[in-house]
Amino acid sequence: MPDKDVKASGERFEAESFETVAFTTPPKLSEATVAVVSTAALHHEDQTNFAATETGYRVLKNNLRDYQTGQWSPNFDSLGFAADFNTIIPLDRLDELAKQGVIGKVSDIHLSYAGSQYDLSAVRMDSGPAGAKLLKDAGVDVVLLTPV
Amino acid sequence: MSTLAHVFEQAGLATIALGSIRKQIAEAAPPRGLWCDFPLGRPLGKPGDAAFQTRVLEHAFSLLDATEQVLEEFAERISDEDNEALSCPMPPRTNKALHPALDEVRGLRPAYDRGIALYGNRAATGRVISADEIEEALATLVRVSEGTPWTEAGIPGIPARVVQDIRGYYEVAALGLSDHIPSAWAGASWFFDETQGGKVVLNARAAMRDAGEERQNWYYMAPVDR
Repeated sequence: MPDKDVKASGERFEAESFETVAFTTPPKLSEATVAVVSTAALHHEDQTNFAATETGYRVLKNNLRDYQTGQWSPNFDSLGFAADFNTIIPLDRLDELAKQGVIGKVSDIHLSYAGSQYDLSAVRMDSGPAGAKLLKDAGVDVVLLTPV
Repeated sequence: MSTLAHVFEQAGLATIALGSIRKQIAEAAPPRGLWCDFPLGRPLGKPGDAAFQTRVLEHAFSLLDATEQVLEEFAERISDEDNEALSCPMPPRTNKALHPALDEVRGLRPAYDRGIALYGNRAATGRVISADEIEEALATLVRVSEGTPWTEAGIPGIPARVVQDIRGYYEVAALGLSDHIPSAWAGASWFFDETQGGKVVLNARAAMRDAGEERQNWYYMAPVDR
């Protein structure tokens, strides 16, 4: 039963607080371009792995689904992702929803950051806004954020 | 995760954040949050279950209709408490001159290769060392468990990182030995509780702890429940 213990450990960390909550109204979902952003430290096989406290991101191509996890934390089950990448980055499901017309389209790019970080100031001030700009420039309207 | 939601939303992107730990997602309060009480590492819940994953996405996308900050809970929960223990046939000893863990690594290689052929290398090896280097890396941890200081044992990288590759090797071998995708944490539990390799890792970790090594050098060689 490691999950309960590991989650209890995770609860000890204080979450970042935001004084105001921005709220963006998306276009109709059936017309929206959807991207996934994961904190599972995903990367392509030919990309450099994440360093231990790295706050940057990797750009994941939608059409090259060879994603690997470079997450440093031992505190998660990696076997689900090892067997089915949709467990973390559900692109096959998004393809199906796009085909059904539920969503407009799946973005050509997605992003991954490395979760389990203690200091998020660089993500908040630097790599987060940079990643957002990249997605905006790629025409993304809606982002599904998935944790590790 | 929720920090990114706030930042992205400020930049004009509509976001939905999935969260596995209720306290974290409630306190971070992303604009649209869906707490999914699933095991860590499985934010969409069930690998290989398209219908389940789609239900999670449908609930997540329904939050886009909200006109103000919202946090909802996905109706289905997944716990690892009732999980079946992973039962894998272990390879027989073939070389009694070798440490049992090293013999085990060799014996598991066909299962590892089968797991890679079936699923690819998504979380197996390659962070620091390749599959071909697992046996040598485990031998360095045997030395640590027997009293050699970790800095003199020849560990081919940061211990926790090397152990991730060793654990990945074993867990993918478990995939190759299993006729289904094991439930959450079953692979890790099998590695640490049932295999010689897992015992070596835990013994090396304990030896480093007992020798007064800095916590950061040994603690992350195993999950926090160990």
